[in-house]
Amino acid sequence: MTSNRKWTWFHRLGSPRWFYHKTSQWLPWLSIVTGALLITGLVWGLAYAPEDARQGNSFRIIYLHVPASVLALAGYYVMAIAGAVGLIWKMKLAYIVMRAAAPLGAALTFIALFTGAVWGKPTWGTYWVWDARITSMLILLFLYLGVLALRNAYNSYEAANKSSAILSLVGTVNIPIIYKSVDWWQTLHQPATIKFTGAPSMHPDMFAPLLVMIVGFYSFYALVLILYSRAEVLQREQKSSWVRELVTDKRDRR
Amino acid sequence: MTSGYHSGFIAHFSRDVLLHYRRRSDLARPLVFFIITSTLVPLGVVPEPATLATLAPGIIWIIALLATLLSIENLFAEDWQDGTLEQMLISPNLLVMPILGKVAAHWLMVGLPLTLISPLIAMMLYLPAEGLLPMLLSLALGTAALSLVGAVGAALTLPLQQGGMLLALLVMPLYTPILIFGSATVQSAIDGLVWSGTLATLTAVLALAIALCPLAIIGALRLSSEY
Repeated sequence: MTSNRKWTWFHRLGSPRWFYHKTSQWLPWLSIVTGALLITGLVWGLAYAPEDARQGNSFRIIYLHVPASVLALAGYYVMAIAGAVGLIWKMKLAYIVMRAAAPLGAALTFIALFTGAVWGKPTWGTYWVWDARITSMLILLFLYLGVLALRNAYNSYEAANKSSAILSLVGTVNIPIIYKSVDWWQTLHQPATIKFTGAPSMHPDMFAPLLVMIVGFYSFYALVLILYSRAEVLQREQKSSWVRELVTDKRDRR
Repeated sequence: MTSGYHSGFIAHFSRDVLLHYRRRSDLARPLVFFIITSTLVPLGVVPEPATLATLAPGIIWIIALLATLLSIENLFAEDWQDGTLEQMLISPNLLVMPILGKVAAHWLMVGLPLTLISPLIAMMLYLPAEGLLPMLLSLALGTAALSLVGAVGAALTLPLQQGGMLLALLVMPLYTPILIFGSATVQSAIDGLVWSGTLATLTAVLALAIALCPLAIIGALRLSSEY
């Protein structure tokens, strides 16, 4: 009996209604935290961080490029793990989160590639170069697009969810390759600045706003993911009574 | 009869080879595609030996990849339509073995002939002689990996009537490491470097594919059979 009790929190997560009501309480705080982190990070990084010795002010696009890349990679894992949870436990909500994570991750990957290209022109002289990390980020974008394409090709909602979950799991082999690619191949793209062991090879005055931006992007990702998922929950559960009550009577917010 | 782990493999391998053999003319299609498309390269680019020799390793690999992609689409289609797939799914034996048997038969009928005809293409595209052996080895191993990964795509798109484009879109990002390692093997040999390491990595990718692709294929086939 007690071991069943321990897992109720997990199975409660599978209820779209519980999710909707819980996130209604979290959203205000999450939005404030996200806004604060992003604004702090941007103002600090774009205005107050010291100028780079070689690149001058053009390095400041790092404050968008690096967080977007980090989230693009992390977001793929979110999508794949949500898909795995949905496949194993057959949770509707897991599939809803997976569906939300796919376009979000694709957009972030595109932002990372675009800001990288914009950064590359003044510093390397070219918008694009076929080095290991950039190419594998492009492949990540194609993986996201493939998951979206497969999902849209199926007419049945359940079959679409299952097949895109399988495909996103198959694509997870690419993520470690992206992460380690700059170490394995001699490339134009710089090696990892942020290491798990040892100090970062960046000046702390430049590094601190970058950390703030990365955390801010994580919280932004969580915010947008929750918003997408809530919309999807409302759409999927539209025939149920609690959604009807929600839509018809705004004052009733249990 | 004994039913060891391998027995499903041999049964389905020989069944598929027999089915392919009954339509022997199908064997020619990937080969002709290979030859015709490689003819497009000198026509489209420039027929100069120097330029073609630089492009040759990558071009041969890309066209072999496309030929495999085009032929993998209907790997499971016939069995799905006539109900054999369902019998495979409900049988008490390990489903991994029939799948590996089918993919091995596909490689025998498509990948291996492509590999064997590649010296002809290599001659047409002026591939340097040092690249020939690495080309044969990397294609032999690489097309096996391509068949496996392509089979994952074929299983995922089985119930759809989308045509090959969706399959190509899904499977191409997964093909890129195989392509990179395959053509790098040939390129390193031409440059005079040691190429056994890259070939070993390609073999490792193949080993990983043999281990993991059947799991994804089984999941996708179970999904398709509910359709």
